[in-house]
Amino acid sequence: MKISGPVVVVAAENIDTDQIIPARFLKVTDKIGIGQHLFEDRPEFQVKKGAEILVAGNNFGCGSSREHAVWALKDFGFKAVISTSFADIFRQNSLKNSFLPIVVDPKTHAMLKPGVVVSIDLASQTLAIKDGPTVGPTITFPIDSFSKTCILEGLDEIGYMLKHDAAITAFEGRGV
Amino acid sequence: MVPETDAPAILYIDIHLIHEVTTPQAFSGLKARGLKVRRTDKTFGTMDHSIPTSSRSLAGFDEMAAKQVRTLAENCAEFGVPLYDLNSSKQGIVHVIGPELGLTQPGRTLVCGDSHTSTHGAFGALAHGIGTSEVEMVLATQCLLQRKSKNFRVNFDGRLQPGVTAKDMILALIAKIGTGGGTGHVFEFTGSAIRALDMDARMTICNMSIEGGARAGLVAPDDTTFQYVAGREFAPQGAAWEAAMARWKKLPSDDGAYFDQSVTIDASSLEPMITYGTNPGMAIPLTGRVPAATTAEDQTALKYMGLEPGQPMLGHPIDVVFVGSCTNSRLSDLRSAAQILRGRKVNPRVRMLVVPGSYEVKRQAEAEGLDRVFKDAGAEWREAGCSMCIAMNGDSVPAGKTSVSTSNRNFEGRQGKGARTLLASPVTAAASAVEGCVADPRKLA
Repeated sequence: MKISGPVVVVAAENIDTDQIIPARFLKVTDKIGIGQHLFEDRPEFQVKKGAEILVAGNNFGCGSSREHAVWALKDFGFKAVISTSFADIFRQNSLKNSFLPIVVDPKTHAMLKPGVVVSIDLASQTLAIKDGPTVGPTITFPIDSFSKTCILEGLDEIGYMLKHDAAITAFEGRGV
Repeated sequence: MVPETDAPAILYIDIHLIHEVTTPQAFSGLKARGLKVRRTDKTFGTMDHSIPTSSRSLAGFDEMAAKQVRTLAENCAEFGVPLYDLNSSKQGIVHVIGPELGLTQPGRTLVCGDSHTSTHGAFGALAHGIGTSEVEMVLATQCLLQRKSKNFRVNFDGRLQPGVTAKDMILALIAKIGTGGGTGHVFEFTGSAIRALDMDARMTICNMSIEGGARAGLVAPDDTTFQYVAGREFAPQGAAWEAAMARWKKLPSDDGAYFDQSVTIDASSLEPMITYGTNPGMAIPLTGRVPAATTAEDQTALKYMGLEPGQPMLGHPIDVVFVGSCTNSRLSDLRSAAQILRGRKVNPRVRMLVVPGSYEVKRQAEAEGLDRVFKDAGAEWREAGCSMCIAMNGDSVPAGKTSVSTSNRNFEGRQGKGARTLLASPVTAAASAVEGCVADPRKLA
């Protein structure tokens, strides 16, 4: 998985999932078109279509467990979000949707300004930064190896779990 | 292929609670794969988030929300999952009915597509919120792929002063460590002040673990826990109860257990707390003044809230009071709010909503006459549901209006677009309703 292009920057810290997708849009029973309500109540973020990489402030995706937040980001056109940290449930939801939550250190994060072009390569876990003609550093980012393999090989986690059916059944047989 | 050595552990889930908002896409996924619900005896559904609280009828209700509620009923019927629907005497907020029914037990693993699943940790259960993909995973396999969290000990020593509650304890913690302070960790709440709390209060604390960034928060089970669970519908009975007690008594952490992080708070020095900003970490003692806005985030928050740095919180005018939510809608919460309101009136400038957490809480409250206290004071007494905490069902705070709310989130727009939320305890909320402004419950006790 390779993603390359300009970034959209939302500098605010602690952007919760209510900001990403307000609760009044959770009354859906499908995922269709949910991206049209992304950041609907935060027009000052000025998030416009066209970019695939979002840069956000620390502790992105805190609050509600709503996976709708990830669906909205993906449906809008984003494929990855870069921050200095993510809330646990949001990070988990992202990985389950092959949407990359990329953690970088504060110094790298500070380089990710509007106009910067970023190239992400999941296989090598690298992120290259280019600011106009200036070629910036290439940084390595962490991701757990299981999630990485699942995304790169398109592996279905439920299918993976079902292969362990015998072990699950044996565990259930232990009682309690 | 995934090398097994790199794969996360497979965690078996003992109880899976489901509701209307985070399941429709999961059931659609099951149908697309041709899979069943693996354990319909470990899966329980209810309706809470997008339902009306003005009545139990969907007639004339928001069509999208009504469709979502009907979809849950259809899915539960098709897959054989028990459902406590709007007509059930067991209906209520997932995190209120799980413990009430005895489904929440020490040592169990419990998940739900809702971040406040951390509530159930009050029983010494490992309980956390999951997204819809994981809801589908648990429906299909009764398991999750899970890596071990780090642990974070939160020790509350000392005795709470009168007028100070569990809500104030958890707000004080989040103010101290920030909304991301517990990321990657599970809290364990320890200390004499935790031991002294009843189960309702322990649930309030564990409920807001997620607001401190921790997916789960635990309290070691003790006699208070066992007495609460005993005799409930799904609690073990007879010999099974004795066997369960033997297991549960082994659950508490060893003396000297290792914690990745630790913090101690002197409970006896705590005051009633209130939030002033747009995340639960922006909280101060009720008698304090709004802090200086040192960051862009602070400035944005204060502008949204209509507050100035240096301004005292006491006396700040309010428009709405909400007593309810999975944080503070249990019987003891309603009793404490009623105690303030008894013989008093809600200020005419304030709309007050009291929303019990479950049908059962409502029934018990009415048996004690609490509904009369609220109604006589001029508050609205509603049917059980999430209501104004998430404002999906039409119960909302108008734009630019300020509410004192016993719920868990003061995010921008959480209680309605443009709504300004001040989080506080049920007694602070009730006192503020009487005064028409942020008020100190210790003055009305």
